[in-house]
Formats: sequence, C-alpha cells, structure tokens
Amino acid sequence: MSKTAPTQPSPRAREQWSGQRGFILAAIGSAVGLGNIWRFPGVAYENGGGAFLVPYLVALLTAGIPVLLLDYSIGHRFRGSAPAALRRLAGRGGETLGWFQVAISFAIILYYTVIIAWSASYLVFSVTQAWGDDTQAFLYGEYLQLADAPGVSADVVPSVLIPLLLVWVVVLAILALGVQKGLERANLVFLPVLVVLFVTLVVRALFLDGAVDGLNAFFTPDWSALADPGVWVSAYGQIFFSLSIAFGIMITYSSYLRRRSNLTSTGLVVGFANSSFEILAGIGVFAALGFMAAQSGTTVAELEGIAGVSLAFIAFPQIISMMPGGPIFGVLFFGSLTLAGLTSLLSILQVVSAAFQEKFGLTARQGALRIGAVAALLSVALFSTRTALYVLDTVDKYVNEVGVLTSAVLTAVVATWVVRRLPELQAHLNAVSSLRVGTWWRVLIGLVVPVVLGYILVSGAVTLIQDGYEGYPRWFTNGFGWGVVVLLPIAAVALTSLRWRHDVDGFTPDTLPGVAARRSRTEARR
Amino acid sequence: MTPVALLFLVISIVVVWGGLVASILHLRAHPADDGADPGVDVTGEAGQPGQPGVDGTATRP
Repeated sequence: MSKTAPTQPSPRAREQWSGQRGFILAAIGSAVGLGNIWRFPGVAYENGGGAFLVPYLVALLTAGIPVLLLDYSIGHRFRGSAPAALRRLAGRGGETLGWFQVAISFAIILYYTVIIAWSASYLVFSVTQAWGDDTQAFLYGEYLQLADAPGVSADVVPSVLIPLLLVWVVVLAILALGVQKGLERANLVFLPVLVVLFVTLVVRALFLDGAVDGLNAFFTPDWSALADPGVWVSAYGQIFFSLSIAFGIMITYSSYLRRRSNLTSTGLVVGFANSSFEILAGIGVFAALGFMAAQSGTTVAELEGIAGVSLAFIAFPQIISMMPGGPIFGVLFFGSLTLAGLTSLLSILQVVSAAFQEKFGLTARQGALRIGAVAALLSVALFSTRTALYVLDTVDKYVNEVGVLTSAVLTAVVATWVVRRLPELQAHLNAVSSLRVGTWWRVLIGLVVPVVLGYILVSGAVTLIQDGYEGYPRWFTNGFGWGVVVLLPIAAVALTSLRWRHDVDGFTPDTLPGVAARRSRTEARR
Repeated sequence: MTPVALLFLVISIVVVWGGLVASILHLRAHPADDGADPGVDVTGEAGQPGQPGVDGTATRP
C-alpha cells in the first residue's frame, strides 16, 4: 500500500518551459515522429487516397485533439508527471494508471532508440551508398545480421551497438540538463532543422521523373473506401498513434507550462502542425515512390514495402541510388528521420524520468542517468542483437495496439465515469484558454473516444489472439507481445505501492467557480 | 497531375495547413500573459496556487 505519511513538501522548485513557444515546439517535436514519415503515407494510400482525408479529419477533430486537450488539462491542472497528476485526479487507482503509462513509455523507449540508431547509421551510409545494389540484402544480411527465425540471440551486432550507444549518450545528456536547458533548447534547434531538411527533400522529390504519377496515386480518391469501417478504424488509429497522446507525454509536458497558458489554442496548433507534417510527408514519400516506379518500369500500385522499416531502409536507399545527387537526398531523408525520432524519444524519456524524479525525490540529472542507465542496458541487450528486428516488431505491435489503446480508454473512462471530474477539467481548460470547449468535448471524451478506441482495441486484440502476428511462433509473441503487455500493469501496481518521497497529496488545484463542491463530493465518496 | 488528384492535393493543403495557420494566428491574437508568471513554480508537490489566469505570482516561493 502506498504510504505518504512521513513525506514532506518538495524542497525543489518545479521546472517549467520558458514560455508557450518552448512548449509548443517540444509538443510538436514529440508528435512529429517516425510515424508521420513512414506510417501516414502508406496508411492514407491504402485507405482511399484523397478520400482518406475525410475520415482522417473527422478522427483528428473528434478524437485526436479532444484527447490531446484531456491530457493537457490533467497535466496542467494537477501539475505533475503522469502518476502524480492522475493520482491527484483519481486517487490511488489514478496513480496506477499513471504508472501504467510510464511503463508503456519505458517499453517504447527501449526499441525507439535503436530505430534512431539505424537511421543515424543510414545517414552515414547515404554518403557512399554503402548498401550497394541489393538494399534488402544489405539491411537484413549485412547491417542487422538478422537471424533466420524469431528468437532471442545474444550475438551483439557491433555496427548497431555503436550508434545505439551514441544515441543513448546524446539523449541522456539532453535529458540531464532539465526541461528548459535540455528539452526546450534541443527542440528549439532540432525542430526547425527538421522542417528545413524535410521541406528541401519534398521540393527535390517533386522535381523527379515520375513524381506526378506518385502524387496521382496518393491523392486520387477512392470514394468506396468511405463505406468500409476498416478505413475509419485506420484513420482513428493513425491520428491516435501519431499525436503522442494517452501515454503520459502530454500530461508531463503540459505540467511544465506556466499557469497562464492558452491550452485549447495550443492544442489546435500542435494537432494541425502534426497533420501538416503528415501531408507534407505524404507528398514527399509518394513523389519519391513515383520516381522509383518509373525507374523500375512499373507502377506505384505494384510497389511493395511502402511503409515502416521497409520503406525507410529498403525502398528509400533504392531511390537514393537511382537518382542524381542521391547522397544529398539520402542525408536529407535520414537526417529528417533521425531528428523526428530524437525529438519524440526525448518526450517519451521525460515521461519516465519525471515520474521517478517526483516519486523518489530525484533531480533531473539523477532521474536521467539512473533511469537511462537501466533503459540503455535493456535496450542494448534486446535490440543490438541479431534478433532485434523480430523483438522490436512484436513489442511495438502489442504495446501500441493493446497497451496504449487500453491506457487511452481507461483515462477517458476514469475521468468521465469513475471520478466524474470531466466538468472540472473542462472548466479548467476554459479558465485558461481563449477558445472554450463545450459539452461536445465531454461527449467526445466520455462516449465517442471510449467506444471508437475500445472497438479498435478489442477487435485488434481478438485478431492477435486468434491469428498471432506475422506468422511468428506463439511462444515468441506470447513472450515479447502479450508478456510485455502483462508486465505493464504488474510494474504499475508495484510502483504505486512504493512510498512517495514528498507529499504528493498535499497539492491543491486552482479553485474554479462551481467546481469545488463537486470535487469535495468526489473526494468524500472515495 | 490528373485534375481530381490535383484538387485533392489542394484541398488537403488548404484544410490542414490552413487549419495550422488559423490556429497560429488565433494563438498570436490571444497570447498567454507569460510576463505575469516569470518565476519558478513550486506547486509541483506542495504549492497553493491561486486562480488560473489571475494570480500566477501566488505560486512564487
């Protein structure tokens, strides 16, 4: 049981962003990640092309931005990491939900780091086009030295280990500097550079032979797709996974905002900035794929592997080798991928670091180094070996499609139906924001989000149970898929049971007109 | 490009990038009053904040 009696108020001032601009840059940096570049173009293309814009925008406005605002309101009102803020919202159960989110973040960190390491390696490979003529053989055979079958290998691949360690050194150094000097400054540099690199890449791609065919393939609408429920599920899934919502990031980031912050307008800027980058990525990626199809004497429709690892590390190297000035294009592409990944990774790391800092009274440096050391060790053990890609693929699938979705549904249900404090969060948003949220926001959070995301969660989980994943052996998906998913709540319960070093419950949120009485009743019921 | 693909490219850009521009313009017109709360905020653990948007200075140590 959690004990807070012998604790005392924190002797340290809480860190904060220098202003709204720093927060917005960091939040956009978090939202714009690998998924924007390598997931969105393929998802949009396979789900109706231009017509996908309709479900995509509906999902953005009815789930993405509303959940983003839910996270903002919790973090900003209760001013803490996910466990602290959710404990202040919903008591001990809330804290467990917070640690569940921290555990999800921890799991994601372990493999996200290695993708950035691959990307950084390919940035260097681009200069000499080290992959040669067969990019697939180079990736799996030479670079990853991928084992023939899923399993657990202890054979470390030095060419992956070295960049992986470098990525860990860089991100932990940034994290140890704290919110303003570390996270904010890093995003202040990385995000503008990312935008410049990526815009340059897209402009170059547009002038390639066949680019028009790629854009035709990407934007031509297939209206029949709108009648397919699967397309709508894909739209909600894309928006949801792309925005960095529901696993602690935005709760943590918004907790460092000053009290006078325009939350709803900021949420719209972040939401639309994320989608703007996705549209840009769609244009750039499909212009490049159009070029690849033209060079190969085929059509975009016949290309395979146009998403994820295959797109980035097999298709793009081919494109780079085919085009004049390929090395420059390669540096632009892998530089963008590396920076987009880094800014997202920093935000996920901060979820974990902030939670441990607050619970155990650590400084930013202690939090970064201690948590970082453990995470780096696990990351190296699991993802610098010959089976890394299998483990990564499995953990990513299950943690996102089961863990993150569960977290989102639980957060919405707990805030709306269990502690019934959604009106308080709405009042908080409206007290500090220029754009007010109405009853519609409560309806979206309380009904639409749990129903839609709950459906995606259950249908996805049933498929995983019935069919497994990617034909991997059951022992493997049970271990690294369901096994990790089961570990998340166990870790959450265990961490909740530990003592807070400082008085987490002595916090009093801002008074809001008409909310105090409701809150008191909630607390009395607890 | 085919006319229909071009149309959807334009619509996508206008709606999504237009949404971004409109959001930024709105935020610039309604900035948070950062100047009122320049100090550190001790409310993370034990602070007693005042009303939002009114007295950020109440949280100074």
